[in-house]
Amino acid sequence: MSEPTKMATVQRPVAVFLRCLLCVGALLGQFSAEAKEGKLVITGSSTMAPLVLEMGKRFESLHPGTRIDVQTGGSSRGIADAVNGLADIGMASRALQSQEGNLHGFVIAYDGITIILHDSNPIQELTDDQIKGIYSGIITNWKTVGGLDAPITVVNKAEGRSTLALFLHYFTLSNRDIKAHVVIGDNEQGIKTVAGNPHAIGYVSIGTARYDATYGVPIRLLPLRNIPATLETVREGTFPLSRPLTLVTKTEPTGLANTFIEFARSPATHDLILQHYFVPLAD
Amino acid sequence: MISSSNTISFHSQTDRLLLWGLRLLSLMAGGILLLVVAFLILESWPAFQDIGPARFFTDQDWYPTERLYLLTPMLWGTLWATLGSIVLAAPLGILSAIFCHYYAPPLLATWYRRLIELLAGIPSVVYGFWGLVVLVPVIGQLHPPGPSLLAGILVLFLMILPTIMLVAHASFAKVPLSYIHSAMALGLGRWAMIRNVLLPTARAGLFTGILLGIARALGETMAILMVCGNVVQTPSNLFDPIRTLTANIALEMAYALGDHRSALFVSGLLLMGMVVVFVVMAEGLQYRKLDDTAR
Repeated sequence: MSEPTKMATVQRPVAVFLRCLLCVGALLGQFSAEAKEGKLVITGSSTMAPLVLEMGKRFESLHPGTRIDVQTGGSSRGIADAVNGLADIGMASRALQSQEGNLHGFVIAYDGITIILHDSNPIQELTDDQIKGIYSGIITNWKTVGGLDAPITVVNKAEGRSTLALFLHYFTLSNRDIKAHVVIGDNEQGIKTVAGNPHAIGYVSIGTARYDATYGVPIRLLPLRNIPATLETVREGTFPLSRPLTLVTKTEPTGLANTFIEFARSPATHDLILQHYFVPLAD
Repeated sequence: MISSSNTISFHSQTDRLLLWGLRLLSLMAGGILLLVVAFLILESWPAFQDIGPARFFTDQDWYPTERLYLLTPMLWGTLWATLGSIVLAAPLGILSAIFCHYYAPPLLATWYRRLIELLAGIPSVVYGFWGLVVLVPVIGQLHPPGPSLLAGILVLFLMILPTIMLVAHASFAKVPLSYIHSAMALGLGRWAMIRNVLLPTARAGLFTGILLGIARALGETMAILMVCGNVVQTPSNLFDPIRTLTANIALEMAYALGDHRSALFVSGLLLMGMVVVFVVMAEGLQYRKLDDTAR
């Protein structure tokens, strides 16, 4: 008597398992069906990702049925993914280098890198040589550059980041010369680190720093060569440490990719660019 | 009757189906681990060929874009952070489990345990964020710059304490009641009973808890990335910034290309090796102690 009931209870998990398999299969089918519709994969610079994400959302609402998938991972990844075909469009927060000449780059906005200090730090300005001295470990106390008697905490970026590359290039330093106390990943982490340490010095995107400073984060953006780190100076191209934000494709963009790049460069996205404290193209 | 394997495999078609289903699933679970290891080896292979295994331990420093690939400072960083946190968390976790189980009044014990369970459920990035905005500035005032091995140890300690405490609690609960009754009948005091009867009996469970804690501490990434400073150096004191192997992968993987990328997979492989060593050591220790008590 007990045998058939046992069998019935055993049968149930098997049935459940098979049903699960069916569900997974159905889901997979749905995903591949979605991929056939207009989908763009855009990867790269963590500086550009939030902006391009917003642009993508607006683009999706203007072109129903399209999907813009934005992933971060840095400019190097953006360019590599565009070359390998892993992404339809790469994002690079720098100008294309000469050996990347076979790629197609489209500038959508500009960004600048600024030196940031804690708001309570009395230093109002540093020369390029002083900044270089601080980062290479020659100057280790704020007293040397006219500040308080306190050790300097040097905040540097992790290897591979385009912010680091631009910074090193501008100050003609090699990463091995830098004597860092803290190594950070993204801009926000850098700003939090400086905001939490009155004696720290760091460098991040002007857009992100301006945004945070406006919202009460205790950091101060230092001018460079007497030019203030503002959106205006970056737009004019006078701020020394600035860079173009570039969308990269392997071949001349066609179809959806082309439509999106034209959209990103059009005045229709200028409000988004300003919201992110980047500087729109002057046209 | 049902429990004999013959009945399962021959008498019932559905049982056999289930058995093979389960076999398949276990094979998949084991296979995934093997695939992970195989993937790690495959991805780090270019680095072994181009750079050579020895240079990961003999290079001057870690500057992958300048083709220098020293991993030992990060190995030490990982090891010190893990050991530091386990040294703090193991006694505290086990002692608080003892308190909760044998000393606290029932109402307090229940709430205390729920609190710890809640602590275990907090995602690591929350601990990391708290560490970054609260703990690091405090340490920075004591001894600049702030992000340090100490901050990492403290954050890891908070994260693994609930794991160790809950596992210890569960293993104390499994000690047979008759042991406790016998100990009481012998006239042992509460502490003598805990020390001589309960701790040895629950030892295997306590070791498992510590092992789980070590595994979590070794593998923790986000929180460590936020509070440790990530400077590649062998720490000489608690206030030195360190970079762990996991933080190294998380910081640089997204930006790494070619040999640099492979070298990061080597850090992953090294981490995997460390976990294996810890597990083997703990297993060995656990069985040796159990044998001692059995004798």
